[in-house]
Amino acid sequence: MKRGRMLVAALVAVAVVASACGGTGGTGGAAKPDVIVGSTNFYEQITLGELYSQVLEANGYKVTRKFNLGAREIVEPALESGQIDVDAEYLATLLAFVDKDGTIAKPTTDPKATQTGLQKALDPKALTVLDYAAATDQNGFVVTQATATSKSLKKLSDLVPVAKDMVLGGPPECPQRPFCALGLKNTYGITFKDFKPLDTGGPLTITALDGKQIDIGLLFTSDPSIVAKNFVLLDDDKHLQLADNIAPVVRNALLQKDDGTLKRLLNSISAKLTQPELNDMNKQVAVDKADSKVVAAAWLKKQGLIK
Amino acid sequence: MDARTVSALASLARWLTDPANWQGSHGIPVRILEHIELSGLSVLVAVAVAMPIALYFGHTGRGGFVAINVANIGRALPSLALLAFGLVIAISLGLGLGFWPTVFALVPLAIPPVLTNAYVAVREVDRDVVDAARGMGLSESQILRSIEVPLGLPLMLSGIRTAAVNVVATATLGALVAGGALGRFIVDGLALQEYDQLMAGALLVALLAVGTEVSFAALERATVPPGMAAIR
Repeated sequence: MKRGRMLVAALVAVAVVASACGGTGGTGGAAKPDVIVGSTNFYEQITLGELYSQVLEANGYKVTRKFNLGAREIVEPALESGQIDVDAEYLATLLAFVDKDGTIAKPTTDPKATQTGLQKALDPKALTVLDYAAATDQNGFVVTQATATSKSLKKLSDLVPVAKDMVLGGPPECPQRPFCALGLKNTYGITFKDFKPLDTGGPLTITALDGKQIDIGLLFTSDPSIVAKNFVLLDDDKHLQLADNIAPVVRNALLQKDDGTLKRLLNSISAKLTQPELNDMNKQVAVDKADSKVVAAAWLKKQGLIK
Repeated sequence: MDARTVSALASLARWLTDPANWQGSHGIPVRILEHIELSGLSVLVAVAVAMPIALYFGHTGRGGFVAINVANIGRALPSLALLAFGLVIAISLGLGLGFWPTVFALVPLAIPPVLTNAYVAVREVDRDVVDAARGMGLSESQILRSIEVPLGLPLMLSGIRTAAVNVVATATLGALVAGGALGRFIVDGLALQEYDQLMAGALLVALLAVGTEVSFAALERATVPPGMAAIR
């Protein structure tokens, strides 16, 4: 997933990472190590990076931001090698990335099990995954508010009796993918009237849904258009999708220099970060073009995490 | 042929002969009809736009150079960019995805050959014939209708033929913006890594383009005025 967002400006990112080398000096307060917060290169990651950075700064940490570094292919090695200290990750996708063959653990639809597996895979890399949030960025099926009301849809299993009259839209490969139409059929027993090949959580799917050319579409669960267009994200009640819950990943070296405050602060963000909260921030940044710094600060204040 | 080529051709043949691929709203016949509809409308719009301009400038003999060069911009604009632009316009006008954005991309591609050929067709009509007609008292519109258009028709049709073949081959782009037509097999084949479907789509488009070429060539021969056929 998120392939579309990972256009790697590789050379630029490498240059940025390289310039970040050697910035990890622990010259701050006695118990407060300096922290470098990193992120990959799309809006949600930058907002999450701001959340982590601002909560740490408000509690006396000296934070350096290294955002927009590139795709995970750039950022994960940067974290391992200490060019950054912490970033926001997605449980299932990161596990599949660090343990490609699934020899240590395979991502599952259960976030707790996926987190445990991910920690096993991260141990040899001296990294720790902290608490995960309820918010995810994974495949999700959405309908318009009007469809949700008229067919009383809240969760995917509500589709079973009505799907035969509905057209599903999504990426062309959807009918044969286990996390798309094939999975809906096998896990939920849902078969649609027709399938319309569109794009992977992009403008075609959003427009087709908005223009009633499809009745239900596949988008990413944190897509800003869900808030902007007032779409209804149907709850994956039988757990078809792999658990891509958002969680901070931190270098063990940093945690050892710290007295436990950093871990507590980052976990306090995960505890409050629900899907609607994340989607609302994504909408403000991606649709309303608000500054992610301002959006993050407002959210942290609202949650009582900073003053 | 090596073994891989043979197996690729065999899977292509299997795909094309599978009855499942010939049925329903996603079947080959429906996709071919969609392709003809999309290409046909695009060429019709291009003819409707280009022909009056070409006939006017061809008949008066003034400004044709400018018209042809302006139309030729259509050749230089990348169809993919026009498609993206067409998508934005179609969405804002509420025309939906697929069909109209693709028409928007195809029309500028079809205009230059239609316009250039029609202009040249009218200009190349023997001036002695036109002058004789004028001397006999025919009005300017009569000259255009009874002399210049019939004599220039084969060359005009040849321009439309070039446009139609280009359009049929390029209409596959429509699948990128959720359109139907034969491009669907190519785009879906790539997404699903079903290369038999992809090859079949490409083959069907090529056959349709060749069919278009052959039909227009026959039409051109049939429309040569009897007197001109003798001269040739």
